[in-house]
Amino acid sequence: MSVSYENSKIVFQGIKDAGVTSLSALPETWLGLLLQQAERDPAVRLIQVAKEEEAIGVAAGAYFAGERHILLMQNHGFLAAINGIVSLAMLYSVPLCMLIALRGHFGEPYPWHTRGGIVTEGVLRALNIPFEYARNPTDVGRQIREAYALSESSLSPVALLLTRNLMEEAL
Amino acid sequence: MKRAECIGMLYPVLDDKPVVTIMGACAQELYDLGHRDNFFYLQHAMGLASSIGLGLALHLPHERVVVLDGDGSVLMNLGTLATLARYRPRNLVHVIFDNGSLLSTGGYDSHTASGMTDLAAMARAAGIEHVASVDSVMTFGEAAIEAFARPDLSVIVARVAAVGPNHYGMDLHLPENAFRFKRWIRARKTAEA
Repeated sequence: MSVSYENSKIVFQGIKDAGVTSLSALPETWLGLLLQQAERDPAVRLIQVAKEEEAIGVAAGAYFAGERHILLMQNHGFLAAINGIVSLAMLYSVPLCMLIALRGHFGEPYPWHTRGGIVTEGVLRALNIPFEYARNPTDVGRQIREAYALSESSLSPVALLLTRNLMEEAL
Repeated sequence: MKRAECIGMLYPVLDDKPVVTIMGACAQELYDLGHRDNFFYLQHAMGLASSIGLGLALHLPHERVVVLDGDGSVLMNLGTLATLARYRPRNLVHVIFDNGSLLSTGGYDSHTASGMTDLAAMARAAGIEHVASVDSVMTFGEAAIEAFARPDLSVIVARVAAVGPNHYGMDLHLPENAFRFKRWIRARKTAEA
């Protein structure tokens, strides 16, 4: 399997169509092609962090500055960012629109991703973070727009889980 | 040198700048001088004040953003120094008050207490060019004047005593602080345009 170039383009276009001008990210395999496009696009500012919790702070700063911002991370990065999500975003009613690569779930060949993959949905539910699965390219653009809209109107974190079906393709 | 003296010295020039503080004593000492809507107090999420500052500075190139940080918070998010170096926001002044103590969470020694760990050296090694290390009111004032005049990212590590205010509390709900801070920035942008 390899990362889908076509669908990475579609996800990036969905981000642009949502009016987003600023991204924070920690690069990882499924997000790589998407982030390459962001780097090449002068209309989008990409801020790469050293650890995902930093991106919660960067996103809050971008929000205060009036910028439309999306966060891109792997689900293990989401797990690493939880204190920031709870004690910055939720505590201060700061919206976060998070696109999360869902590694370690159905079809996962690598053992090291599996624990994080298995607990991700349960953790989202425990935190009361609304989420959807993005499974196909025809819906993902709408899902990104809707995730963004809900984060802004509810002033809270919202997650869109980028699945294997969307992000990978057979070689 | 006390942190409150340094904050008192900065206070007159903070009236037109977005300011982000860390939790506890640092936030309280600024608040007690007189709250302004351009002050955001991050009362939890230790380590992220500088990340908020980065997000603000990159998206508000016409503002000078000030972060009032602490050793305990920076130690929780050391990656921030490398991220700041990489993106080098020219309009960010990052002040780290190093009191060698987790003062607001119980007064336990932090890793900088013995003097072995040098946050200024770590900032320099992360790639930040302008880093001042100061331990007196006079040198803090000089470093601050330089930092505020410099069109580049500046870090000031100020060694201060591990003392804080004798009371805590603000007449300001946390989301209210965020809403008012965002509105202040929006009004400034509108006035600029």
